[in-house]
Amino acid sequence: MAKFQALDFYNVDGLLSDEERMVRDTVREFIDAEFMPVIREAYRNAEFPRQVIPKIGELGLLGSNLSGYGCAGLNNVAYGLINQELERGDSGLRSFASVQGSLVMYPIHTFGSEAQKQQWLPKMAAGEAVGCFGLTEPDFGSNPGGMRTRAEKTANGWVLNGGKMWITNGTLADVAVVWAKTDEGVRGFLVDKGTPGFEAVPIHGKLSLRASDTAELLFDNCEIPSDNLLPGSQGLKSPLMCLSQARYGIAWGALGSAMACYDEALTYAKGRIQFDNKPIASHQLVQEKLVTMLSEITKAQLLVLQLGRLKDQGKATAAQISLAKRNNVHEALEIARMARSVLGANGILDDYQAMRHSCNLESVITYEGTHDIHTLILGNEITGLPAFS
Amino acid sequence: MKIIVCMKQVPVQDSLLKITDDSRWVQEAELNYEINESDHYALETALLLKEEHGGEVVILTMGPRRVKEAIKQGLAKGADRALHINNESFTTLDIFINAKLLAAAIQQEEADLVLTGLQTDDYGFGQTGVILAEKLGLPHASIVMEILKQDGSIKVKREMESGWFQSVELPLPALLTIQSGISQIRYATIKGIMMAKKKEIKELSLSDLGLAEGDVDDSTSSLKFHKLYVPEKTKQAELLEGDPKDVAAQLVHKLKNEAKVF
Repeated sequence: MAKFQALDFYNVDGLLSDEERMVRDTVREFIDAEFMPVIREAYRNAEFPRQVIPKIGELGLLGSNLSGYGCAGLNNVAYGLINQELERGDSGLRSFASVQGSLVMYPIHTFGSEAQKQQWLPKMAAGEAVGCFGLTEPDFGSNPGGMRTRAEKTANGWVLNGGKMWITNGTLADVAVVWAKTDEGVRGFLVDKGTPGFEAVPIHGKLSLRASDTAELLFDNCEIPSDNLLPGSQGLKSPLMCLSQARYGIAWGALGSAMACYDEALTYAKGRIQFDNKPIASHQLVQEKLVTMLSEITKAQLLVLQLGRLKDQGKATAAQISLAKRNNVHEALEIARMARSVLGANGILDDYQAMRHSCNLESVITYEGTHDIHTLILGNEITGLPAFS
Repeated sequence: MKIIVCMKQVPVQDSLLKITDDSRWVQEAELNYEINESDHYALETALLLKEEHGGEVVILTMGPRRVKEAIKQGLAKGADRALHINNESFTTLDIFINAKLLAAAIQQEEADLVLTGLQTDDYGFGQTGVILAEKLGLPHASIVMEILKQDGSIKVKREMESGWFQSVELPLPALLTIQSGISQIRYATIKGIMMAKKKEIKELSLSDLGLAEGDVDDSTSSLKFHKLYVPEKTKQAELLEGDPKDVAAQLVHKLKNEAKVF
């Protein structure tokens, strides 16, 4: 496989600080050397390449935009660049890191007690412990407010009953952040692996995100101590705050997939000879595809960079994050499909990346707020008229 | 143990090189740069020695402002501080002049060990390290693959031709030029990158080194680049004539004496 050449048509690199570039380059180097050689087999075997967990922990990539408790305390642009490079490898790897950092470490950091932070954050930052996040249920995806999972208060703690679906890192996780309805509204709970009444069942048969651990979580009279409640969590707003963090990372990550596909398509088109001993890159229709990819990637790069700068100033809104997630994932999926078509029949083989990215992005455009839901969030934002209630 | 690592920033290995109009060097404006490969191994060797024996690793580099990026990378990987001979105002191609500048900086530091890469990926002279050792009056060993520290001395393994190795013992302080590929180069961790911001990069001007511009510019260089060019493509074919036996004999003669394939 040819070495990845990152597209930077507008010298966006020049808008990054030395540190931001170094963070990006270190992850890029790591992905080239340690992840690209294993992803094809992992995807084929539908396994998450878990041997990379301690390595990305050691590099400091987990929960890297959080401060203290062994976390790196990076700004949001550097955090975004990490996501871009991880997903340039595979959406499954970025999903692992997003869930660990934005959906587990972030709520523990934001809503957790001091003891919970001390117990989990340093181990999770180092990749010595893995977490998962349970919000979505079989019957409640886009409408999490309808969740049926309940937590009842008892003399010693809480009893959980219900089930969560499509849970990334589900079977790997040492701890699950679970959202459940209580008499006081939705609250977040930490459920340790092995707690009686808690089971994580792997979901098989996925044609997307194959190199990612996806599970269903089942809670059957699962008793947890009162210390496992996230004391700062209050209402549905709490998990939605986590999702905003994750969606921000996804907007960067999808860009990484798109950059991988463009690079692969361009290299292939310049080397593939067809008709009159000419590379297919000389054909007008192929050039049109490559130029569309070039334009959309360049726009997406500038979009997430400005979003990151706003986020670092504390000014990024949830709607702005929705726009970036919606746009970048949609364009990445289009680019992956276009790249696959440039590769012709070869594009359906796992010798190449385009179809793997294309399949993965079908999940990415669906999770963390579907493309359509983000459309409605933005529709509501600009008209003041909600279309979903 | 105080170790100085001399590092150079060179164009990225697979860069598309375009020659300048005066055919003296390559167009630098569009190039990306990286740490010279064997210098990277020299840095890794120094960091491993520090981990085992304690002490300090100091990066020494020379070049325009852009080399800061290489310095920061080295600091992020674990070097303690850096010296930067900023030569924005002068250029030099001469290894003797380069060694003179590096030596002047090293003389201000009392190092136990000076490491350089075996050679740079741009000029490929492979001379800077050994000339530097001479200027500093230090014992040296080149193409070093392993270092064993002893009391007041080191034992090193040198790579020779044809798969031979040589074991050499040197008193300290000493200078070693390091071979590529001898260890696994570490990644800069995120923490390392954040910490690098706080590490010292000392700028050294010519006057800080006790030198004047006239000592280092191209007019004093003993080496001049006359022309740089891309290898020219040539196509040549020769038709051998005669009966098959005669042609075969001619072919064998040519393969033996001109092409020298057997």
